[in-house]
Amino acid sequence: MTAALAAPSPVGGAKTRINDFSIQVATVNGSGSQTANTVLLRAIFQMGVFVSGKNLFPSNIAGLPTWFTIRASAKGYVARKASNEMLILMNPETAKEDIAKADPGALVIYDEPLQLDKLRSDLAYTPVPFQKLVTASCPEPKLHKLVKNMIYVGVAARLLGIDMEEVKKAIAKQLKGKTKAIELNQTACMAGYDWAMENLEDQDHIKVVRDNKTQGLIIIDGNEACALGALFAGVTVVGWYPITPASSLVETFIEYAEEYRKDPKTGKSTVAIVQMEDELASAGVVLSAGWAGARSMTSTAGPGVSLMSEFIGLGYYVEAPGVFFNVARTGPSTGLPTRTQQSDVELCAKCSHGDTLHVNLYPGNMEECFQFAYDAFDLAERFQTPIFVVTDLDLGMQNWASKPFAYPAKAYDRGKVLNQQQLAEVKDWGRYKDVDGDGIPYRSLPGTPGGKGAYLTRGSGHNAYAQYSEKPEDYIEVMDRLKRKYETAKDHVPGPVFRNQGSDKGVLAFGSSDPAVIEAQDILAEGGLKTDYLRLRALPFTAEVDAYVKEKKVVYVVEQNRDGQMANLFRETYPEHATKFKSVLHYDGHAIDAKSIVDQITAFEQK
Amino acid sequence: MTTTTSATPTPAAPTNKLGFTKQDYVGSKSTLCAGCGHDSITAQIINAAFESSIEGHRVTKYSGIGCSSKTPAYFINQGWGFNSVHGRMPSIATGASLANRTLINIGVSGDGDSMSIGMGQFVHAVRRNIPMIYIIEDNGVYGLTKGQFSATADKGSHLKTGAVNDFPSIDPCTLAIELGCGFVARSFSGNPKQLNAILKAAFAYQGTVVLDVISPCVTFNNHDASTRSYKHVKDHDFPLHDLGFIQYSEVEEVDIPAGETEIVTFPDGSKVAIKALHEGYEPTDRFGAMKAIHESMAKGEFLTGLLYINPTQPPLPEVLNLVDEPLATLGEDLLKPSPAELDKIMQSLM
Repeated sequence: MTAALAAPSPVGGAKTRINDFSIQVATVNGSGSQTANTVLLRAIFQMGVFVSGKNLFPSNIAGLPTWFTIRASAKGYVARKASNEMLILMNPETAKEDIAKADPGALVIYDEPLQLDKLRSDLAYTPVPFQKLVTASCPEPKLHKLVKNMIYVGVAARLLGIDMEEVKKAIAKQLKGKTKAIELNQTACMAGYDWAMENLEDQDHIKVVRDNKTQGLIIIDGNEACALGALFAGVTVVGWYPITPASSLVETFIEYAEEYRKDPKTGKSTVAIVQMEDELASAGVVLSAGWAGARSMTSTAGPGVSLMSEFIGLGYYVEAPGVFFNVARTGPSTGLPTRTQQSDVELCAKCSHGDTLHVNLYPGNMEECFQFAYDAFDLAERFQTPIFVVTDLDLGMQNWASKPFAYPAKAYDRGKVLNQQQLAEVKDWGRYKDVDGDGIPYRSLPGTPGGKGAYLTRGSGHNAYAQYSEKPEDYIEVMDRLKRKYETAKDHVPGPVFRNQGSDKGVLAFGSSDPAVIEAQDILAEGGLKTDYLRLRALPFTAEVDAYVKEKKVVYVVEQNRDGQMANLFRETYPEHATKFKSVLHYDGHAIDAKSIVDQITAFEQK
Repeated sequence: MTTTTSATPTPAAPTNKLGFTKQDYVGSKSTLCAGCGHDSITAQIINAAFESSIEGHRVTKYSGIGCSSKTPAYFINQGWGFNSVHGRMPSIATGASLANRTLINIGVSGDGDSMSIGMGQFVHAVRRNIPMIYIIEDNGVYGLTKGQFSATADKGSHLKTGAVNDFPSIDPCTLAIELGCGFVARSFSGNPKQLNAILKAAFAYQGTVVLDVISPCVTFNNHDASTRSYKHVKDHDFPLHDLGFIQYSEVEEVDIPAGETEIVTFPDGSKVAIKALHEGYEPTDRFGAMKAIHESMAKGEFLTGLLYINPTQPPLPEVLNLVDEPLATLGEDLLKPSPAELDKIMQSLM
């Protein structure tokens, strides 16, 4: 044992940050660190402390560097925080760079042989003999690599003051029922904790103190929340193709479907799930299943939406329902496939060739991922059109604390579908006739007996009776009705959420930017700048959005892309207010943080 | 109803077991070129559906883009149709056939729509054994864009403009056999009797039927230097066998010819009677079928008939173990988990 193992003490003598810090863990992809990091996050959560986690992982199966950030916040802020108070460095490849980037005063736990303690004098070092500890605590050498990471959880628990019972509980939860793995990991974790008890003194830089902020909350990621929304919405046909970061949405759905979507009488499945050959075929399955009366969906990311776009234009024009989840990632092209961005705004708003306008839903938190996924199926059938639910990697794949989801009691809205009897009674039915003046026609489903209601759906020009037509007046009639239908959607999509401080200055954001905007708004207000925050939740823009735009002197549009795509949609929709919209952007692949927003808005204000 | 005794009674049109006349199976008037082989195929779809007493409202017709893809408008108006995008008909058939497994699915495609732009979807639809009759109306040419080569055009064949095809052709039939298709047939639009028998057998089959129909293009590919002209195909069509199809309901009444005739029985009890013309041809022998097709192609022949049959493979809805009733009409009571179940899920996430 080296004598250098003195107690790490904070450098600079700052006061203790209780339940208010960030930890960054640097490991190697594929080393089992995800389990260790989730256990650490869960243990803090179980201590009643509000916590969020961000996994910054490479596009790689194993071997490349990966970082995981855990943020605890007594105030409930859950956005990424760019600065970290504790670093756990397990990856020799990145350790020196991680040290160079560290914030002054940070506590650094590292693998002893890396010998990092001479690199900077303004950090507090804790070298840990991980190899020795894992050899002593784990009898199976081939498992050493996997359980080694659990040792830093024990060391961190000791330094942060986390109750080891909570850590053990978190391990059992994470490894659901795998008795041997639970025992191995708990033993490794205790080895780290015991070593730290014996060799390290207390530190008072950052601490976890038991609180009651997480009582009754769940931890979930957005893809699972969307999958649950689809499960409760009764999706019956799923066509999909794997793509990061959207795959886990369908994969989680498959797990739930195994349990909840079997006919109790026969044991047969009430949902068809097919992994298709590509995204084009997935889109075909979704739209044709919707056309035939099923509730259908797919889950994809930007490159997949590009491939689907021809079909989505067809779906819009022939009026076939279907739900398209886009879990956005950093584009264009392959881009940074494991990093987050909101750069498919314009793509999803107007996806496809020709004049197309789509209903888009932007959930901003886990409850909305669940609820909007549920609502999307109603909207698809009500409006007989493709519906996009647009999230991103940050919402979709990161862990978020959330209130448990409320049961969606509202009955399914299956839209304007005529059954055999209605078809027999209706006079002069036309598939694309606007009977109610809302732009939404009545449809019939294939297989309906009685000899009425059959028609040929075609992507070529058609009239109100679904007959082939190249007549200008028929074409205009259909296209103008489609626009009317889109207008009708304004009364059916979720309206915005406001967080007003009483100001004529607006901050407008959507989706995963929400936590960073809330934090930024508070920081700005502390500095004397009050703002009214509108969180947009859907396209088309509703009447409340109209009023907000008219009323504000300036609107800072916060979004995670380079070109200010949402601001562009606003300038296009409200040309007379075009100069009001100022873009606040963040697009480096990391989730947006409050400081970036504060700095940009402050710079605009000082102009 | 009133009847007049003075007028001469016109003979009633014959009806099938469902009481429908052939007129009940027609569609809109074709807008294809006069004499187009595709119209002959349409006529046989109408005949076969009528004779097989298919319920028209259960028929769904799918297509992509091209001359062939226009034809779903020309038959069985009682059924729904979906004319989609180029090369993507198979995925449209996949989704709808899963949404409602009681539908009778007919896909009409062309050689361009299936063997070029749509090759990926063709291949995977066949692999999945989706329940559909997949008809390729094969003229070796892109008619709708005025006469470019397709991927089934024979190497060395000529376009009307004189252009020569430098590339080997793709054969949908051997490809389908390779992919595990359990019903592979080839016919010729100028051989209505054979086409009719194959289509009736196809209606009784449960999975994917791949039916390649050589269908000369009268406008762009019916000249002497084309290997898909009427004259060329007539001269080079070698039917494998005389086919007779006997529906399950007729099996007891029909005297099945014995001797050199082979009988293949379908899961529902229907039978195809195959009287071999081609010596020793065995349509249940996969490798033998591949060999025979390749040998005939080498000789420049079109071997037509039921090339390969294996009626035992489960179609996609069975593979997925779907409920018997259409997914499309399942009620909220069966689809939506209960509040207690949501609570259980939420507890597991705490």
